[in-house]
Amino acid sequence: MSDEHIDLEGAPFLKDKTAGLYEPAGSKTLEQSAQRSTKQNRETAASIPQWEAWREAASRIKAYALSNLDKLLVEFERNITARGATVLYADNAQEANQHVLDIARRHHVKTVVKSKSMVSEELELNHKLDAAGVRAVETDLGEYLVQLAGQRPTHIVTPALHLSAEDVGNLFSEKLGEPFTTEHQKLTDIARRHLREDFLRADMGMSGVNFAMADTGTICIVENEGNAGLSTSTPPLHVALMGIEKVIPSIEHLPIFLNLLARSGTGQKLTTYTHLIHGATPGKELYVIILDNGRTNVLRDPASRMSLACIRCGTCLNACPVYRRVGGWAYGWVYPGPIGSVITPHLVGIDKAGTLPFASSLCGYCGEVCPVKIDLPHQLVHLRHRAVNEPSPMNSLRQRVTWQLWSWAMSGPKRYRAAMAMVRLGVRTAKWLPWHFWELGAWTRGRELPQVPGRPPFRDWWRKNGAQLKPQAPHTETSPGDEQS
Amino acid sequence: MIVPRQSSPPQWDYPKYRPGEPVALFIPCYIDQFYPQVGEATARLLTRLGVPVVFPEGQTCCGQPAFNSGYWEEARRVVRRFCDTFAVHRWIVCPSGSCAAMCRVFFGHVDPDDRIVEVGRRVFELSEFLVEAMGVTDTGATFPHKVTLHVGCHSRRELGVIDPPLRLLESVRGISYCELADAEDCCGFGGTFSVKMPGTSLAIGRTKAENILRTGADVVVSPDISCLMHVHGIMQRDPAMKHVRAMHLVEVLVAEGDGQK
Repeated sequence: MSDEHIDLEGAPFLKDKTAGLYEPAGSKTLEQSAQRSTKQNRETAASIPQWEAWREAASRIKAYALSNLDKLLVEFERNITARGATVLYADNAQEANQHVLDIARRHHVKTVVKSKSMVSEELELNHKLDAAGVRAVETDLGEYLVQLAGQRPTHIVTPALHLSAEDVGNLFSEKLGEPFTTEHQKLTDIARRHLREDFLRADMGMSGVNFAMADTGTICIVENEGNAGLSTSTPPLHVALMGIEKVIPSIEHLPIFLNLLARSGTGQKLTTYTHLIHGATPGKELYVIILDNGRTNVLRDPASRMSLACIRCGTCLNACPVYRRVGGWAYGWVYPGPIGSVITPHLVGIDKAGTLPFASSLCGYCGEVCPVKIDLPHQLVHLRHRAVNEPSPMNSLRQRVTWQLWSWAMSGPKRYRAAMAMVRLGVRTAKWLPWHFWELGAWTRGRELPQVPGRPPFRDWWRKNGAQLKPQAPHTETSPGDEQS
Repeated sequence: MIVPRQSSPPQWDYPKYRPGEPVALFIPCYIDQFYPQVGEATARLLTRLGVPVVFPEGQTCCGQPAFNSGYWEEARRVVRRFCDTFAVHRWIVCPSGSCAAMCRVFFGHVDPDDRIVEVGRRVFELSEFLVEAMGVTDTGATFPHKVTLHVGCHSRRELGVIDPPLRLLESVRGISYCELADAEDCCGFGGTFSVKMPGTSLAIGRTKAENILRTGADVVVSPDISCLMHVHGIMQRDPAMKHVRAMHLVEVLVAEGDGQK
């Protein structure tokens, strides 16, 4: 795993403990469009009677695949190799990058056209290619914009979600010398014109893989812009990158996943293009690089395993109230949102990313929308448990002592009473404190404290009045006038 | 073979409450201390409906704050104490969806012991107990106000309690119900999240507060007063939102009918 580009400490969102709210530019756009997507997703799901059956099936297929990766990957390799492809394995980012650089060198590659691949973001591949003197061009429109701007994607499906048309107009005039415009059609035309040249010039195309079918040795790539089709077929050489978890047992399982992925990711019934690549086209070369890069760490933790079932639809990002406010960069690495908070600690280490599972109100919306039924909210709590017990930024002595005191105080009614009396006193006197610190300061930054009631705690009331509460005649339909106290 | 751990809409096989069976009240710590009227209303309402109510005095907390913060070992001790306290009670009713979810859904994570899980399963959120276990939707209340409803995410997604609060409110005399936009979105409280990431928590809360204001309701009601502690706390800071009152659902369900205001 390469450490050099992991900047979790510097992730603005995670630095924000009690300081200002981090909002990426255009966050209102992000909030609204993410919310719109979620609403649309819920309507779609509700309109399909078999939606839950699909989710259940997809989840079980993935669970089976994850239990049988050793066999399925070998089967996939055997079948796709039989049709002329070369399969390479990589334990980590360095190995994968080395494979790509070796292939590029062997074929004297100068320009690479890339269609969208989150794995290549994990590898920081563009930087590596750049350093080796190979020009890599992102051809997915969103990725293209983000690359031109020198940024990271802010969303795994819609990478440039944070850029407005005006931002794009400025970007094109600054980087490409085009006249400024905010018209969507004109902007798209500009990108198309520039990208066409690169497609024709490229000596190598790269892509991700959405699904790899073991029984037929097929890779499936879905897209909407046609750039993946051009990237994988125009140059004489195609290198596909996939994580080990992308393999599914059979091509017969594919339709369920396509149904779920398009509807969840973009609200479409099916993506505009679905490419099935069964092997190398005669006269051309196909490499498939299969990457671990920390994924076996996830397999090793039974409570987290199902997070590898993720099909990268991005729905959990859209549904997440935290993601909607802070955007993708705040998470510090490649995968944002709830799924990022769950897999990043495994992929880069809980010692670096232990804060991420805490970036959630545990509202559970992510789990509700996940098309493959990943138990995201519960996995977040599981990782919190790990983060406070293993070396991580969240393993803090102050917290430990606080919670041990809490645990002691909550382990007997007398202690409880005494502790609660102190809390009440604290809340009562807080308004006279010159300044509020720690958690108190965090609360009163934008909220009033609850009023300490004039009446005693419930348990005291009960002692006095509990015995007098006599159940009235078992409930029958009453009219409001019947009630007397 | 991996056992899939999945997220699905919870579907409980609710046991049916038989008249005369005693119910143990679990009154969460923050209600006990800061909203005692909610506990009182719960006790009065159940009594009025003919339910014999007991309050096991050894109770403290369900362990959720420590559990959600990752301190499961510290939570375990409190969870075990909860189970000892409530071991003999068949029905345990709690006026908080979040605490009920801790008991019913999360006890097994803290301590997979059968006894612990089994006690946790006997805990019901008040509105689901009334509607699903007792079959009561009309509590005989009168509350002539404009009311909107916020159902907390633990009630909604961990317990699947979406319908019961609504059906109870519908039967209240004189009430004028105002639908809340984006009701399925979180309020941003999230327990310790509210003080760990206060900027984000407040930003989420402000959206909820704006939506509540937009309904035109005078009162926002919830089966989870903890959400309202946060949202209403935000609203109190804003002169334009200050007039909206926050109440627990049960306070509305006993309104006027038994002499309470």
